[in-house]
Amino acid sequence: MKTKKAKNGIQTSWQRKAFMACNLIFLSLISLICILPLVHILALSFSSSFAASSGKVGIWPVDATLESYKYVLQNAAFWHAFVVTLKRLALAVPLTLFIVFITAYPMAKSSQKFKGREFYTYFMLIPMLFGGGLIPEYMTFMKYGLVNNLWVLVLPGLVPIFSVILLMNFIRDLPAEMEEAASIDGAGPLTSLFRVVLPLATPAIATIALFCIVGHWNSWFDGILYMNHPKNYPLQSFLQKAITAYDAKTITSKDLMTMRLISDQTTRAAQIFVATLPVLMVYPFLQKHFTKGLVMGSVKG
Amino acid sequence: MLPACVFLILFSYVPMFGIIMAFQDFTPTDGIFGSSFVGFDNFVRLFTLDNIQQVMFNTLYISIMKIILGLLVPILFALLLNEVRNRLFVRSVQTIVYLPYFLSWVILAGVFIEILSPSNGLVNHALKIFGIDPIFFLGDKSWFPNVIIITDTWKSFGFGTIVYLAALTSIDPSLYEAAKVDGANYYQQMRHITLPGITNIVVLMTVLSIGSILDAGFDQIYNLYNPVVYETGDILDTFVYRLGIKDMLFSISTAVSLIKSIVSFVLIVISYRLAYRLTEYKIF
Repeated sequence: MKTKKAKNGIQTSWQRKAFMACNLIFLSLISLICILPLVHILALSFSSSFAASSGKVGIWPVDATLESYKYVLQNAAFWHAFVVTLKRLALAVPLTLFIVFITAYPMAKSSQKFKGREFYTYFMLIPMLFGGGLIPEYMTFMKYGLVNNLWVLVLPGLVPIFSVILLMNFIRDLPAEMEEAASIDGAGPLTSLFRVVLPLATPAIATIALFCIVGHWNSWFDGILYMNHPKNYPLQSFLQKAITAYDAKTITSKDLMTMRLISDQTTRAAQIFVATLPVLMVYPFLQKHFTKGLVMGSVKG
Repeated sequence: MLPACVFLILFSYVPMFGIIMAFQDFTPTDGIFGSSFVGFDNFVRLFTLDNIQQVMFNTLYISIMKIILGLLVPILFALLLNEVRNRLFVRSVQTIVYLPYFLSWVILAGVFIEILSPSNGLVNHALKIFGIDPIFFLGDKSWFPNVIIITDTWKSFGFGTIVYLAALTSIDPSLYEAAKVDGANYYQQMRHITLPGITNIVVLMTVLSIGSILDAGFDQIYNLYNPVVYETGDILDTFVYRLGIKDMLFSISTAVSLIKSIVSFVLIVISYRLAYRLTEYKIF
């Protein structure tokens, strides 16, 4: 890649220009490869079933129609799964953030100030590296009565150690004088925690919140594993069944009527797109914060 | 602090006791306390299973190829992108290549099943133009692992690019000016400033990825594979899942989890030590 460089000490400008042109074209091509599959699916979802099955659809819809979307949006199971996911997010995100925050704060203190920090460090590291495995976890959660319960999607992931580490590093880099000043002004530990540290840590917390939202939005395996009945599936588990484990036997006669207008190809495309839309919508915020948050958490020094 | 400890005990530490199952002839009706101990029998049975060697090979092959490509592609891409001076272009490229990272494998499996389809997928249509016969990428034993490796790189290289680009932009620009004054050409600048400037982060990323060498990507493979490609596509995680859930061989499946945990644990401890020694980077 890097061969188009001048060989002598002075870079000749035309070689540089040729390199830059190739570079720009190459980078654009790669970006296209990243986005084209998604554009193709979008085009499929708006195309008629005939155009889709005859393979005429490229990156632009053929015989544009909204039938697939009508079908998906009228599908009660789809909406049900959507609501399960929303409930899951509403429970998990605030709780996770609260726990990560109150855990990362003391962990950010030095060992002199917080006796036993060493112990808690190992206490938290071990679960990150070592787990019981699929079956023991399933058995334990079944004993807790969590199988088929919405909470099973929320509770096991409430302490994301990676996020704790990220926030801990962030709080540690805050100037210690801020807290000292607050305590001189008469602020108790709780006041200084929520009135001083919390506002300062907002960028890191926003990053973690977005991690958490995307994580819960995208997770599908726990739904399939712990929910015995498809009506309790969150959206991604529902899609997993609908997209990759599609079974022709489940088609009803009413479906056959609509089949002439749509096909499972276009329906799947529409479902994929509806489920991706929320990510596409939060993505601009995501990108800004993730870049900052990750760089600050991982590329230190 | 306290709630976190309670949750960790309930949801991480308690299940660890289930590992006892690996040393028992476990039957759900008798439970952990009622089942009889069989020592290392499960491990012996595991290593005499017909396809275990193939599964190990698949896991390592897919995982190592992913690690290699997952390092080279983002570094190259970041280096090339770093040459571009147009901020708008850089930002748009970054945004686009980063996007697939946020989509779940369920969604992307749907996308790839569609575009790799032998009858009317986009890729095979393109191949037809060049006169190449349709290839059943996801139903062909020899293609499947490569598809897994390539699609994974496709999904995740945007993330790596951002990390390396951040490292590249943090290199002091005055170093380049000094080098130019001394008459260094682009190649020399690359060798003596750019590459040493990102060595730390490259070493760190490599070392960290080695810890997860037995994770070849359950989400991805589970959503993309089918019985036809089990032979070359089955990895430890999918194998355990089928043993444990589908065939109800709880004890053997837990034995595999235990081995995996121990190997990863050892590798992670070693690689963190290495990372600390080589780059002075400390996590806690």
